[in-house]
Amino acid sequence: MRLSEMGQGQSGKIVRIGGESKLRRRILEMGLTRGAEITIEKYAPLKDPLELVVRGSHISLRVNEAAEIDVEAAEPAGA
Amino acid sequence: MSMETRQLRIALAGNPNSGKTTIFNSLTGTRQKVGNWPGVTVEKKEGDIRKFEYDIKIIDLPGTYSLTPFSIEEIVARDFILDENPDVVIDIIDASNLERNLYLANQLRELDCKVMFALNMADVARSRGLKIDAVKLSELLGVPVVFTVGNKNEGLDDLLKTAADLANSPLVIPEERKVRYSKEIEAAIRELKATIRQHIGPAFPYNPRWTAIKLLEDDKIIKERLNQKAGPSTGVILAKAETLRGRLAKFFDDDPEIIMTDERYGFIAGIIKEVQSSSTRQRVDMSRNIDLVLTNRFLGFPIFIFFIWAMFQATFTLGAYPMAWIDAGVGHLSGFVAGLLPDGLLKNLIIDGMIAGVGSIIIFLPNILILFFCIALFEDTGYMARAAFLMDKIMHLIGLHGKSFIPMLMGFGCSVPAIIATRSLESRKDRILTILITPFMSCSARLPVYIVLAGTFFAAHAGTVIFCIYLFGIVVAIVTGRLFRTALLRGEDAPFVMELPPYRMPMMKNLMIHMWDRSRMFLKKMGGIILIGSIVIWALTNFPRYEAPGAMTPQMAAQSAALQAENSYIGKVGKIVEPFFAPIGIDWRGSVALLTGFVAKEIVVSTMGVLYAAEGDANSDALRDALRNSGMTPLSALSMMIFVLLYIPCLATIGAITRETGSVKWTLFNIAFTTGVAWTMSFVVYRGGRLLGF
Repeated sequence: MRLSEMGQGQSGKIVRIGGESKLRRRILEMGLTRGAEITIEKYAPLKDPLELVVRGSHISLRVNEAAEIDVEAAEPAGA
Repeated sequence: MSMETRQLRIALAGNPNSGKTTIFNSLTGTRQKVGNWPGVTVEKKEGDIRKFEYDIKIIDLPGTYSLTPFSIEEIVARDFILDENPDVVIDIIDASNLERNLYLANQLRELDCKVMFALNMADVARSRGLKIDAVKLSELLGVPVVFTVGNKNEGLDDLLKTAADLANSPLVIPEERKVRYSKEIEAAIRELKATIRQHIGPAFPYNPRWTAIKLLEDDKIIKERLNQKAGPSTGVILAKAETLRGRLAKFFDDDPEIIMTDERYGFIAGIIKEVQSSSTRQRVDMSRNIDLVLTNRFLGFPIFIFFIWAMFQATFTLGAYPMAWIDAGVGHLSGFVAGLLPDGLLKNLIIDGMIAGVGSIIIFLPNILILFFCIALFEDTGYMARAAFLMDKIMHLIGLHGKSFIPMLMGFGCSVPAIIATRSLESRKDRILTILITPFMSCSARLPVYIVLAGTFFAAHAGTVIFCIYLFGIVVAIVTGRLFRTALLRGEDAPFVMELPPYRMPMMKNLMIHMWDRSRMFLKKMGGIILIGSIVIWALTNFPRYEAPGAMTPQMAAQSAALQAENSYIGKVGKIVEPFFAPIGIDWRGSVALLTGFVAKEIVVSTMGVLYAAEGDANSDALRDALRNSGMTPLSALSMMIFVLLYIPCLATIGAITRETGSVKWTLFNIAFTTGVAWTMSFVVYRGGRLLGF
């Protein structure tokens, strides 16, 4: 599924990062690489951008940027 | 390098929010020089200190996440290390976020420079249950490592001592401790390295392995450098690099630079496993709880609006007191000078030209200090990133970045600090766009003009009219913003990808240094421009001399001032440009007032005071009566207000635009564009109003 489709509090693992090269590079350099585990911290009040936690840091992305990232969602916590 | 090195140049590198600025401030204190990096508007900070019998120059490189040449900051930082060869590069690493910080650290290691790590905010890391084995980290990466707590001055002596030792030891980062890439990439690096060695002699300044890696990553700047240094053989090397890139891309089914970034993080993950004993995935500290409130779905915006309101309250309400003192001070100075000098041109020049002109700008210093203090507070606590997070959706509709909001908002105060504040924007396009539309946010200097005109012609509805003028400015900013984005500054938006750093307690010392740096810039640069501008405008209004005949009564004195203005160069210019202003309902006196407003918008009112021959204070009822009797109508007053709102920004703003865009072209464009928009809008309103019978 796409990162942008994940709900608040959901976790997952990055499978693939698409998008135009500059954006991709940027995303990668912030630690969002293939295999990295991420958790959606929250969405902004207007539903865009979103905030996620990766490698211990909090990163914000626009929803259309997050749509370029494919993730494998983990089972919801506690389920 | 000799063992007798007594001069050291140490560069500080590091991620944003790694506490680099705090360490720089603690090391150098007030002995800082702030300037710009050559050719770009990225702040350059340096400080000279004496320690352990060394003269140490500390250079604060821009905070970056990486050294790929995508942003100006990254290019500046890398060029400095490559070309200026500092004796030591200290990478300030946020110990509580080791993994992400090691990315830049490894890029620094790949450059041939003497690098060492400062594991900063070691106390925070410890409190989060993170244990870092510094000895092992140092061993694994072949780099000296020191623990520091920047805001408590801990470990700084140790840091400098280690740096001095490193400077005096030979450069060795053993090849086998560098990042190892996968077999295919290493093979490509080897081949390209061989080609480089074969075609360029040992004179080539950069490490061949590093150069090979950069070429495989398609690094534009290194390609250019290669061209300059390697001459004719560049073609061969670049062709080889291209072939290898193609091969790798085919093998991995992805761009080589992406694979290499992946693998660097892979290497880092391995290091982390060895040196860090517990890893927290989520912030379990105060910071997260604070964020639950400050970016809450319902509370986020009200709180944001409250902070902004508080900032403006502080700026203008608190600022009003020192403003009054400065005003009185300037008055005293004029009085004092008046007492010293005999009546005449010189006295006139110094009092009406220089003191009044510069005084009209200096008076904004308290506002600017407070505004910058608040901005520094927002930045240093980490709230600024949240403001961008909240506002991005809205700003994105105009084609802007969330961070553009703050500069635009500051524009209601004064365009000059607002334009300087665009420095927080990463993308040059976003910066230029924000700079171009910020002057449409009606600055406080324009308010006196509205008060006089709206007060005179719309008496009971003056408040509503002024509010509408402000609103109109915002609408024009939005519309032109969209227009520029689609027509002039096209291209994809800068990625929003941004770190939301943990909230931190700001340090007073940092806040003060931050505030003062920017304010000093305002004083120095704008002071000079304003002084010259004021003298020019003064000369244009006072020459050629018009001598009033006979003795002077107060009425005659006012009359004579008006006659002087009418017969001066600027009066003549006013008459010349009258046809330009006539279609929008402004007579020659209004035209002259608008021309003088170029120096500073407040001057419009005082010029009107002189030209409409009002006696006494320009704000007095006399000016209102004079205006009413001058043939001005509510409609032409409205037209003039719209013109004042939109036309050419003041001289200080023009200066700021030139400095911050680094381009005369954009400045001229802005002047032409704003004036064009102002005239068109006033024309539409005035002529439209006439047609409707007003």
